[in-house]
Amino acid sequence: MSICQCFCGRANIVHPYFAALALIATVWSAPARAEIDLSGNWAARIHQDWQERTPGPEIVDYMGLPINNEARAKALSYQASELSMPERQCMYYPPAYLAFGPFGFKMWSEFDSSTGKILVWKMTGEIDIAGTSIWMDGRPHPSRNAPHTFGGFTTGTWEGDVLVTYTTHFKAGYLRRNGVPLSDEATMTRHFARHGDLLTITEYIDDPVYLTEPEVVSRTWQMDLKMQVTTVPGPCNPEAEVARLTGDVVPHYLPGKNPFVGELTKLYNIPEETILGGAETMYPEYRKKLKDTYVPPARCVRYCCGWTLASQANTLKCIGIGFSTLDAPLGR
Amino acid sequence: MKDIRAGSAALWMLFIFGLSAPTYGQAGGSPGNQETAGANLTLKSTAPIETDLTGNWVSIINADWRWRMLPPPKGDYASIPINAEGKRVADTWDPAKDQAAGEQCRSYGAPAIMRVPERLHITWQDDNTLKVETDAGQQVRLLHFIGWQAPHGAPAWQGDSVAKWEPGGTIKNKAGGEISRPKYGALQVTTTHIRPGYLRKNGVPYSANTELVEYWNLNREPNGAQWLVITAVVHDPTYLQEDWITALDFRKEPDSSKWDPQPCSARW
Repeated sequence: MSICQCFCGRANIVHPYFAALALIATVWSAPARAEIDLSGNWAARIHQDWQERTPGPEIVDYMGLPINNEARAKALSYQASELSMPERQCMYYPPAYLAFGPFGFKMWSEFDSSTGKILVWKMTGEIDIAGTSIWMDGRPHPSRNAPHTFGGFTTGTWEGDVLVTYTTHFKAGYLRRNGVPLSDEATMTRHFARHGDLLTITEYIDDPVYLTEPEVVSRTWQMDLKMQVTTVPGPCNPEAEVARLTGDVVPHYLPGKNPFVGELTKLYNIPEETILGGAETMYPEYRKKLKDTYVPPARCVRYCCGWTLASQANTLKCIGIGFSTLDAPLGR
Repeated sequence: MKDIRAGSAALWMLFIFGLSAPTYGQAGGSPGNQETAGANLTLKSTAPIETDLTGNWVSIINADWRWRMLPPPKGDYASIPINAEGKRVADTWDPAKDQAAGEQCRSYGAPAIMRVPERLHITWQDDNTLKVETDAGQQVRLLHFIGWQAPHGAPAWQGDSVAKWEPGGTIKNKAGGEISRPKYGALQVTTTHIRPGYLRKNGVPYSANTELVEYWNLNREPNGAQWLVITAVVHDPTYLQEDWITALDFRKEPDSSKWDPQPCSARW
């Protein structure tokens, strides 16, 4: 039987065999609608919070963070030297650090061979954070008592072209690189919205231990065809970096003894109460508290042009003076 | 006759496969339907079902706090990729001069206004125009549906904005019936013809050549909160080394009780 004999039979009636074939072809050729492709290497564009994300925030700067008193007290006790302790050198930041660090990341999907559907989206950062697996098969989150990992446990669903993920079970760590804490009770919802070669990720971070309301932040990455990001984290071999930290010493400041509390006041005339943050500082009306008394410095004196590495070709250049020696490279 | 029948079969199969082609693509989502679907479509009628941008919104200052909540000092250009000419112009910033010249709204133009700590009131001015009012600086942005003809007037602080949904909105069949309307989507807004002003309060300039492209996404959280996230790309070959790319967060408020109109200020 030829194709035409089946297909073009008398009275041009379609043979059921070919109708079924056509239906199968239709299903096979149908795309996975509303699932935009997020694969690729996404480079950070540090056009917001350059100081925080590259050289690092001021030692005491909690402005715009909805922290409670307990978080503030813990942050004020923080000394960055603790990261030199051998037992802490290989600790990762929590997954939320993606938005607070300077790096890009790689994203790719893996398929379930039995269903042909995407089983998991994977993300890896260059350094500082563990990889993330976003499970797309509807599996439940682990029990509340399950072990926590640096990467946590993440599931995802699609809302149109936006991937929405939910992360639990990550270890306690830092929300900001100056010691603002995040507890292991924290959870995070992320929205991945791709627009052409741009990818905006919004993080909604809930922490019943240290936050009075969710910390929300959006960042945008750009597809970079030349950036290479490894899919496996590099090795970490802790060693004694500082002799005084090899014993029982844990670097810290006792309550009321942090010498950096007044630094932003000296540099930028910002009141100490403001520097210590809290949800109130996130809202426009907080400006009224400062409007009548605040006097900006006459001129910028540090970190004035934050987007340069003058010695590296094909990167942004700091124009003119501006304490460029303090600047760090454009993060990726 | 046999060949003709075989050709018909091939065409029939091609038709079947054609029907199965995506209505809108992946990897960037072609919004083309709105351009071709018919003159009776409007910005409002093509809006995704779950994407209602109207209401009262408050900006959450979770990024660049010191540069947005306070007037930054002269010469502080951190995070903005200005070029040599941009720096030269910024170094001449004189707020007293701006105030005296009646130019106190320079830091409230379209490329900067969404970064100002403020509240937004978004309404439909008509079926083809989304109206965005700000209490800070009392600015009004009008986002017009594609096909809108801009008037040939002088550049304005908020420029001329053209908007479309991505992915594409409603598709009509021949009888005018609605076939497809996305449940979710984002609004893409392109703004040009902007009066030159400042990207930052301390005089970092943008030029008359600036094009602003924004993507407005609506996100919902498990606790019911709604968030407007605006990804903004400022393209200005005159004063920038590369596009300035930022993302801004606004949370929906139940009413306008905290609306606090304030005039433009050159210093605050």
